[in-house]
Amino acid sequence: MNDAGDNGPARPHDGTDRADDFTVRLRVNGRAHDLRLDPRVSLLDAFREHLHLTGTKKGCNQGACGACTVLADGERILSCLALAVQYDGRDLTTIEGLATDHALHPLQAAFVEHDGFQCGYCTAGQICSAIGMFNEFQDGVPSAVTANVSSPTPELTEEEIKERMSGNLCRCGAYVGICDAVRETFANKVTR
Amino acid sequence: MKPFAYAKAVDAATAITLRSQFATARFLGGGTNLVDLVRQGIERPDALVDVTGLPNDRIDELADGGLSVGAAVRNTAVAKHRLVRGRYPALAQAIVSGASGQIRNMATVGGNLMQRTRCDYFYDMAANCNKRHPGSGCDAIDGFNRMHAILGTSERCIAAHPSDMCVALTALDATIHVEGTRGERSIPFDAFYHLPGDTPHIETVLQPDELITSVQIPPLGFANNSIYRKVRDRSSYAFALVSVAAAIAIADGTITAVRLALGGVAAKPWRAHVAERALLGNAATPETFRRAAEAELASARAASHNGFKIELATRTITGVLRELTEPGDAR
Repeated sequence: MNDAGDNGPARPHDGTDRADDFTVRLRVNGRAHDLRLDPRVSLLDAFREHLHLTGTKKGCNQGACGACTVLADGERILSCLALAVQYDGRDLTTIEGLATDHALHPLQAAFVEHDGFQCGYCTAGQICSAIGMFNEFQDGVPSAVTANVSSPTPELTEEEIKERMSGNLCRCGAYVGICDAVRETFANKVTR
Repeated sequence: MKPFAYAKAVDAATAITLRSQFATARFLGGGTNLVDLVRQGIERPDALVDVTGLPNDRIDELADGGLSVGAAVRNTAVAKHRLVRGRYPALAQAIVSGASGQIRNMATVGGNLMQRTRCDYFYDMAANCNKRHPGSGCDAIDGFNRMHAILGTSERCIAAHPSDMCVALTALDATIHVEGTRGERSIPFDAFYHLPGDTPHIETVLQPDELITSVQIPPLGFANNSIYRKVRDRSSYAFALVSVAAAIAIADGTITAVRLALGGVAAKPWRAHVAERALLGNAATPETFRRAAEAELASARAASHNGFKIELATRTITGVLRELTEPGDAR
């Protein structure tokens, strides 16, 4: 077993099992995987290096960029700061799990339509983050721009989208397209 | 990364026992700070005891109208809670002012309290830092210290405490409930953190055998008129240059109760006792607010790049108190 990827990508699991490895059951995109993992392995490296689900990207690997965002039981989290062993038994969704029956998720289609990317490295994180963001909004979570936190605004304005998506950086600067895609996909779906 | 053992505790007693079986174990919450610190080699625990599975993941209303917030509750869940938003809006605002949506979903209340400073020199393993390596010196004092503290600092450390949530909790008279091998105790927020003094590596009064189990927020009727304002270099996802949590009650133009705390400017979440004394019983005017803010900042000591924080903090305190007392104006 190697290290968990301090610098650059982690080396793949060498197949040797150690006494201090843990059996971790990760339910990813509806499918259960039983892995033997060193507790240092991040959820991000478990996806990429152990399950070969490379759609989730490693950007900063320190919780600053949002590229590694995935959903855990519908909540967006940063897989780089998550130890895989802590997510034993959780229901996880990565970018690979969003499309159904060869049809893109509506947000994926909107990203294509609105040029919500240039290089594409942040895109998986942006899309998973926006899905989690909308779940939070529907659930009544306020934001730093919500005028009255006692009764959060029911309107998913551009200002709310920008604030709630601030944990996802795009170094190409495709923010306008990203915002348009998120707004088109979700603004009319607010049901609370 | 140095190898560590991992164990998941099911209750506080188990967690404390597990931790005692290792020399340098740490409790693990959401991991948003600790995992990074371990990866960087700044923290080198021999074991992580996961306390996110403890049953203290609830927010309960107390008989007196206060709230008990379990240490394993995620930050988002606190900000979302109806009674938090209604009774302590400054707390909900402080939480959603911090970090990002993803990090707030992961981070626990106990972990937020125990997070470490984001001083660049603390993070830079090549730099001298008395907090990371006691006795090595402080490279921040003569370095790039624009983000650093101006209150409660020492010759050994000028690191700022990074939390937003803790600033609101400090203003709201919250207490921290801990369990240890010798029993339970409650610690007022204002007495939980040590100032750096000669031992900046000792940050809280928490003992190695003690685990934070909950935070109690007392009933504070006028706290429904409270706000948290955060001033930072960009409008979101940045640490505070200055932040202010305040609650105030006015009767016939006179200040009858006030709670005030500062973030981004101090070695710990900073209860502004001096300003509170200058406000209480006086007329709720901008002049009173400004004088009180100046009185609080009188003890500030600026380093080479952060002197602007003195006036910025003074203005932010004044502006927040005006916002609370002039509804519809100054907002």
